[in-house]
Amino acid sequence: MRILSLAGRRLAASIPTLFLILIGVFLLLQLAPGDTVDALMAQMGGGDAATAKELRQFYGLDLSVPAQLANYLWRLVRLDLGFSSIYGKPVATVILERLPPTILLMTASLSFAFFFGLLFGVIAARGVNRWPDTLISTLGLVFYATPSFWFGLMAIVVFSVYLQWLPPGGFEDIGTIRTGIWHVFDIAAHLLLPTLTLGLIFLAIYLRIMRASMLEVLNLDFVRTARAKGLDETRVITRHVLRNALLPMVTLIGLQAGTMLGGSVVVESVFSLPGLGRLAYESVVQRDLNTLLGIVFVSALLVISVNFVVDLLYARLDPRIAAEG
Amino acid sequence: MDVTRLEINRRTALLTSAAIAANVINPMRAFAQETPRKGGVFNVQYPAEQRQLNPSIQASTGVYIIGGKIQENLVDLDANGQPVGVLAESWEAAPDGKTVTFKLRKGVTWHDGKPFTSDDVAFTAMNMWKKILNYGSTLQLFLTAVDTPDPQTAIFRYERPMPLNLLLRALPDLGYISAKHLYENGDIRQNLTNLAPVGTGPFKFVKYERGQYVIADRNPDYWRPNAPYLDRIVWKVITDRAAAATQMEAGELHYSPFSSLTISDMGRLAKDKRFIVTTKGNEGNARTNTIEFNFRRKELSDIRVRRAIAHAINVPFFIDNFLGDFAKLGTGPIPSTSTDFYPGANTPQYPYDKAKAIALLDEAGFKATGGNRFSLKLLPAPWGEDISLWSTFIQQSLSEVGIQVDIVRNDGGGFLKQVYDEHAFDLATGWHQYRNDPAVSTTVWYRSGQPKGAPWTNQWGWEDNTVDKTIDDAATEVDPVKRKALYAEFVKEVNTELPVWMPIEQIFVTVITAKARNHSNTPRWGSSSWHDLWLSA
Repeated sequence: MRILSLAGRRLAASIPTLFLILIGVFLLLQLAPGDTVDALMAQMGGGDAATAKELRQFYGLDLSVPAQLANYLWRLVRLDLGFSSIYGKPVATVILERLPPTILLMTASLSFAFFFGLLFGVIAARGVNRWPDTLISTLGLVFYATPSFWFGLMAIVVFSVYLQWLPPGGFEDIGTIRTGIWHVFDIAAHLLLPTLTLGLIFLAIYLRIMRASMLEVLNLDFVRTARAKGLDETRVITRHVLRNALLPMVTLIGLQAGTMLGGSVVVESVFSLPGLGRLAYESVVQRDLNTLLGIVFVSALLVISVNFVVDLLYARLDPRIAAEG
Repeated sequence: MDVTRLEINRRTALLTSAAIAANVINPMRAFAQETPRKGGVFNVQYPAEQRQLNPSIQASTGVYIIGGKIQENLVDLDANGQPVGVLAESWEAAPDGKTVTFKLRKGVTWHDGKPFTSDDVAFTAMNMWKKILNYGSTLQLFLTAVDTPDPQTAIFRYERPMPLNLLLRALPDLGYISAKHLYENGDIRQNLTNLAPVGTGPFKFVKYERGQYVIADRNPDYWRPNAPYLDRIVWKVITDRAAAATQMEAGELHYSPFSSLTISDMGRLAKDKRFIVTTKGNEGNARTNTIEFNFRRKELSDIRVRRAIAHAINVPFFIDNFLGDFAKLGTGPIPSTSTDFYPGANTPQYPYDKAKAIALLDEAGFKATGGNRFSLKLLPAPWGEDISLWSTFIQQSLSEVGIQVDIVRNDGGGFLKQVYDEHAFDLATGWHQYRNDPAVSTTVWYRSGQPKGAPWTNQWGWEDNTVDKTIDDAATEVDPVKRKALYAEFVKEVNTELPVWMPIEQIFVTVITAKARNHSNTPRWGSSSWHDLWLSA
């Protein structure tokens, strides 16, 4: 239970951080020239000054910046995320609508990257400096160096335009209404390419980390002991090396869960997915402060909870962590 | 004659024979012998989601592309760019120009079954066009009342003369009607109907999934006989230009409106037989690329410097190498597509002449020290790829004559704020979007006394009494011939003074499946109702 109290303390410590982030983002967005009414004018293609003035009143922009900030924080304390000026409905609703595709995409591509990164990392480490290693490391480097929008577009060109196997974009088929298991398959088909696109870059990172950490652990004394007591190589790898080599991977996954939310703007745009990344991008361009702060808030919560799970995982993988507290 | 009457039978005949019209417009493909096919789903790219979908309160192509199929306007433009009645059957202006009477179509119902009447027109005009609609509030500034003597008559009363041809050219964009019974209670802007519009048009709103798609289905009770042909329209939110092009190729999209693909993809798809890439059908959305000068900079307030800058830039070279077939050399603020007002090229022009540019700069007293005369800050608008290319071209051209240009990029809101409110620019470049009548969209770029912060208006720190007078005279001149002459005079004056230079003319590009029929057959087709659009098998 010590691990729980440790995690609990971390959670408590993250609350001030959360507020600091929100205030920071609020002030940063004040520095950006123009407000949501300017953005609306840009979108409408013009309007007169009287309209603009009336709109500023409508969006509550006639108040001073400290007053706006105070209003916002006071609402947040009461767990009210406010009203979105571009969507015309409560921010909580807007974000909730976008959360499922984002989380689906994020977990799918992280699991993909984690699983194959682990697998290829192990294979590369076992065949270090021989052809499997060279092949895997080169491919990893190629994936890492290729921009994700290009990957995505090429995947669409090959699998949707030429082969016509998979849909080129969207979250689900709009033409026909599917139910039950067919609906699940439909969404899966739509998410396959974006998952691969987003996953490949992370895969490259994971396999390199895994390879390095495997090589390091393989040279440790306890591995020699394990071999000396007559265990076969597979058992040495799975029971002794892998478990220890996994720690850096788990750390990384915790760090990257946060990046993935932001990193998916490109993939979401290329595949026309209604995710949080695109929502955040639009909120910045449209200067929709409430929505942006809401997203920051929710993303921060997600990162905190992922880190919480990572802490628990550490303890499971390496009992020494829980024991030391 | 100031009184104009419309012969309705002739107009409706023209509309219903749109298949023939399409053949005349697009001689490359003859479809007149085909019989229209009913049914089918038409998939449209929706590149930028708006905050709402009601065209009565927001004038922009992003709203018309959806709302324009669901709600209808009093008047639209026909194949020849002439006003044709939609919800209005005929109109008549009093000789003094202070009243305009519209006779409305009978037997039209809203999608919820309630009848459409003159009350809806009066309510929309007074509460939406006059108070909320961008551009509408300027157009209807002197509208005092709309009388409704009977359900089929709406009489617009103006404090000052309203030229009938100005009103009729503006109403296709600024004349969409909303249902009074849905809007009379509560705040119009916050009304949820704006996101689930109810209209009289050929398509009924079904569903809007934010960030994903909008669906509208065939209206079986539509007032035009045998229309529409399509069963359903789906607008798919696709923000990435390259992704939209691949979706066109995968057959998931039928139509990408208003230059929403990259210039190179449009060129590529133009060679593909499955698509038609054309500027046809967008003549009502012409735009010009600008260079806007800030007169608060001492150098730029000197007319010789402004002219030198214009002479230093090789516009035909830029068009040929960067924009291709989708642009042409512009001659001033009124584009050549405006048949009613285009004054011709016989106004002061500034062809490429580097020697002359250098001579003008020397004469103005800005000598080059170390190759550099002075530096300017250029703010490009973020609306399109062409503006970005154009700003780099300006930068390089001006460095040739000893003017160093620093480009400062912003997003939409930032650009408008810095240029039109804070005046934190030396040069700015973007689009001037022409809206069929100079009084609607263009003269505000030149008329002095614009409130600070109003986007796309004269914020240059420049004022000219002669130009102001020409603009004011033209705005209330009811004789169409005299009006045209006044606008020719206006173009001559502003091309001489050059507070803004508009050297490139562009029309939005449509990319559409070759299966579509009756498309691009009016000057604002992308915004129009698509009642006659159909898909061949």
